[in-house]
Amino acid sequence: MKNGFLKNFYQHNGKVMGTALLVIISFWIGVLIILPQLSMLDYSLREYLPSGEVGDYTLKNYRHLIYGAEGASDPYNYVDLKVFMRTIIAAICVTIFNLILCYPIAFFLGQVAKGMKLRVFALLLIIPYWINEILRAFALKIIFGATGMINAVLIGMGILDEPFDFIRADIALYAGLGYAYILLMVFPMYNVIESLDGNQIEAARDLGAPWWRIHARIVIPYAKPGISSGATMVFMLSAGALAAPQILGGPSSLWFTQIIYQWFNDGGNWSQGAAYAIVLLTSCIIIVLAFMKLFKVNMGDIGK
Amino acid sequence: MSAGVGVNLENLWIRFGDFVAVRDANVNINGGDFFSFLGPSGCGKTTILRSVSGFLDPSEGRVLIGGNDMAGIGPNKRPTALIFQNLALFPLMKVWENITFSMEIKGASAKERRKRADELLDMIALPGQGDKLPSELSGGQKQRVAIARALCAEPDVLLLDEPLSALDLKLRQHMRTELREIQKRVGITFIYITHDQGEALTMSDNIAVMKAGIIDQIGDGKTVYNDPSTAFVASFVGENNVFRGKVKEIRGDEALIATNRSGDLVSRISTANQGKMNVGDEAMMFIRPEALSIAETGTSGDHFVTAKVNHEEFEGNSFNIFTEGDGGKEIKVSIPNLGQTFEDHTGQQITLEYETQNAVAVPAGELATE
Repeated sequence: MKNGFLKNFYQHNGKVMGTALLVIISFWIGVLIILPQLSMLDYSLREYLPSGEVGDYTLKNYRHLIYGAEGASDPYNYVDLKVFMRTIIAAICVTIFNLILCYPIAFFLGQVAKGMKLRVFALLLIIPYWINEILRAFALKIIFGATGMINAVLIGMGILDEPFDFIRADIALYAGLGYAYILLMVFPMYNVIESLDGNQIEAARDLGAPWWRIHARIVIPYAKPGISSGATMVFMLSAGALAAPQILGGPSSLWFTQIIYQWFNDGGNWSQGAAYAIVLLTSCIIIVLAFMKLFKVNMGDIGK
Repeated sequence: MSAGVGVNLENLWIRFGDFVAVRDANVNINGGDFFSFLGPSGCGKTTILRSVSGFLDPSEGRVLIGGNDMAGIGPNKRPTALIFQNLALFPLMKVWENITFSMEIKGASAKERRKRADELLDMIALPGQGDKLPSELSGGQKQRVAIARALCAEPDVLLLDEPLSALDLKLRQHMRTELREIQKRVGITFIYITHDQGEALTMSDNIAVMKAGIIDQIGDGKTVYNDPSTAFVASFVGENNVFRGKVKEIRGDEALIATNRSGDLVSRISTANQGKMNVGDEAMMFIRPEALSIAETGTSGDHFVTAKVNHEEFEGNSFNIFTEGDGGKEIKVSIPNLGQTFEDHTGQQITLEYETQNAVAVPAGELATE
């Protein structure tokens, strides 16, 4: 079986190209993905020694996330756990928000827009992403700021008397996170919806289905693989975002990645940072798998 | 079962920008009829169907179903069900869910739906196949499921958009009979779209022949085949030999045509054109290949054609002779194979004979392209 695959692979790509592909793919997976994660795991399991020496294996770093520093007054590490939970829940909310926002866009692009209209619309979606992520975050910060456009408009229309602090209320942060990953949600969904035979939508309508029923019974079940790959990417990236929370987060709101960043950079405690990062990664994977199980999505469908 | 619900198209125009897809169509379809729109692709027949199903609003004119004006009524509210060319079964739903989708929308329980699905599966001769997915069925089975799904909605009018075109020849012929039987059993009006004249002739009570947005003729199969009202209908429905010329003389319901290459030939004038053709008019005369026979060489007269044989072929049930014809087109003669011996005429001049009643004359017009 395995030999058969290799033989086929070589027949298809030729000896030189086949070998080159295998080397590149192994390098990518091995050196760029697996090795760094393994070394991260290794760090997370070692005692932190300020001298830079390699410490012994310990679970102390993981303990710290749950119980806090030894001798602390609280029985649990409420501060970090709260940030962790908040990050996960906020990432789920951003994902759901993005899903609601992007599904109509993807449906419009995939089934309604044709020809020139489609190209213009797709371009309008893509062009803002030529701008660097940090610049976009700052732009949002300005728009949501006390003297920003949104406050100016709301005050001008008489809806507000004084500027509302969108940044303290984290609205700017969620908008920024949502906006940052719109394309990652739209395009996988668009890809699938575009391949849906329009006659099926008409057939459902012809058989008496109102529009919402057509979406519930025909389009969404069909688009499930695209929805799940889009949602997975947005969730993973939101939970792991650093720039947007750093720039758009209110003074009191920490994102879990910021804590990890602090351990690595400010604290210089790589072992502690690694443990936090591993916890975040594992939790995100478990959550994604749980959602996939809940909505009966197969791993194989995601690639579609 | 009542007589069924009729469909009327009144002065129906459908335009897409400057393009006129349907030009002033007036059609009365009787309740319970099997009615076909027959025409080459792009003639506007699917456009008419879409305006009846409600997916398309007419630019002018009215669509009436059971006497009610359908303007402003969406496809999900009309008493029609459409069978798509590619069937459009829902791939993620099981066969029974597909069939009873219309009941699901009305809120029927799963038990009711299961029961109805089983009844319909029995009717389409697919008992016990309800739990399969559409992808597990063969082409003909999918076809039947699509019919069952449409019938489950209990429409007054079933619309079929070339549903047999994806099937292979044998199955297509079988499904013709089956469709006709289903239609007789359920007694509702069927409107059938096809470019295949064989399908239209075998199944329909009445046929509308269309060309470039215009309905040329409406009639039953025999009328359309034997008594075409235009050159297009004569050349599109079945095989036909054309003789071009001018009307030389009118003799009651017959005309003498001075043909371009075969001399003066006599022909019946098609019913729709009687009294409308005058001496000197450009005319076309049509004779079916099977209406021609070989006469004694040298005979001449107003129902004899002399021509040189280009080639011959043996088709099994008939022996075909192709001779030089008018305007670069060959004349085809079909002689039924009854076991007689055929002599080879290739290269010879032969004389062909026909009976006046088997030739039909219409005003000159556009011919169907093969």
